[in-house]
Amino acid sequence: MSQPNLNDQDGQGHHVAHEHHIVSPKIYLVILLALLVGTALTVWASYIDLGILNPILALAIACTKATLVVLFFMHVKYATKLTKLTVGAGVFTFLILVGMTLADYFSRAWGRW
Amino acid sequence: MSDSRVIAPVEAAHHEHPPYQRHHFETYAQQEDATNFAMWLFLLTEIMFFGGLFTAYLIYRNWYYPAFVAGSHQLSIPLGGLNTLLLITSSFTMAMGVWCAETKKQGGLVLCLILTFILGLGFLGIKTIEYGEKIEKHHVPGFHYSLQSFLDPDSDEAAKAAGDKPMALDMARHTEVYFSLYFAMTGMHAVHMIIGIAILAFMIFRARAGAYTTGHVTFVENFGLYWHFVDIVWIFLFPLLYLISRHQ
Repeated sequence: MSQPNLNDQDGQGHHVAHEHHIVSPKIYLVILLALLVGTALTVWASYIDLGILNPILALAIACTKATLVVLFFMHVKYATKLTKLTVGAGVFTFLILVGMTLADYFSRAWGRW
Repeated sequence: MSDSRVIAPVEAAHHEHPPYQRHHFETYAQQEDATNFAMWLFLLTEIMFFGGLFTAYLIYRNWYYPAFVAGSHQLSIPLGGLNTLLLITSSFTMAMGVWCAETKKQGGLVLCLILTFILGLGFLGIKTIEYGEKIEKHHVPGFHYSLQSFLDPDSDEAAKAAGDKPMALDMARHTEVYFSLYFAMTGMHAVHMIIGIAILAFMIFRARAGAYTTGHVTFVENFGLYWHFVDIVWIFLFPLLYLISRHQ
């Protein structure tokens, strides 16, 4: 639901600002299966020696699973632009927290080891 | 002058709305959007809270890498994996609960909430087994912390299976940092689970009384957001704590 439809009525004569979107059980079931497959995949991949790729792959799978949960279980795909912006701001601020802190710790003693 | 004269115009201005809609909102949809936004703002503070723990974990892991590798070998992938399955399934039953509330299926909602409750308790039960193991092996940071698994890995089943080499004393002592972060992160996650389970118990009683199947779904929906958030935290904890150091 990207644009609020001002012609929509809620059955009591009121204008509806943002129509409540009901996500169907079929979508929930597909997401559950995707999450279970992701879990199996990440456990399976951890038993294979991929060197540096082990943590990268594990985090990539975790990010994919988290995105599925946010978009569908948490309805963000169907939410208002305000909610989408709020979620985006949260992820962005978190990345600044992690990114800037790690950049500092990894570069402070650069060339002195 | 009687009060009724003063009240009368206010009464006349009273617009029709369902009983669960607060009067200062134009529509129920507006109220729902506002409540939803507030819940997300709360979840942002939660992201920053757990974000600090994750950042600390990443920094210390980089500093004391061998200690973190040996520490993670002490965790059981089957138990952690089983807990991941329980939590993901509980997220699904919670999402189905929201759907039942939206479509006004009272019986379905109560069932979904009870299933979510049981799966959450199952998660905590397995977590208790894991914590018990750590207590037995003296891997809880503090006075009774034991370095034996790391100084003499052949004496420890898990360390031996992972092929750990004996570690120098100064690095072995840093395994305590790993377990401090392990208990801080999984412990805070467990606290969130306990709070969630308590609210679920309350919701089961309210749902049985028909509270959430009147069209007023905000409470169930926003609790769902909280529960899914706790699930997402575990989705990252599981690989970071259990999985990524199996071959070092």
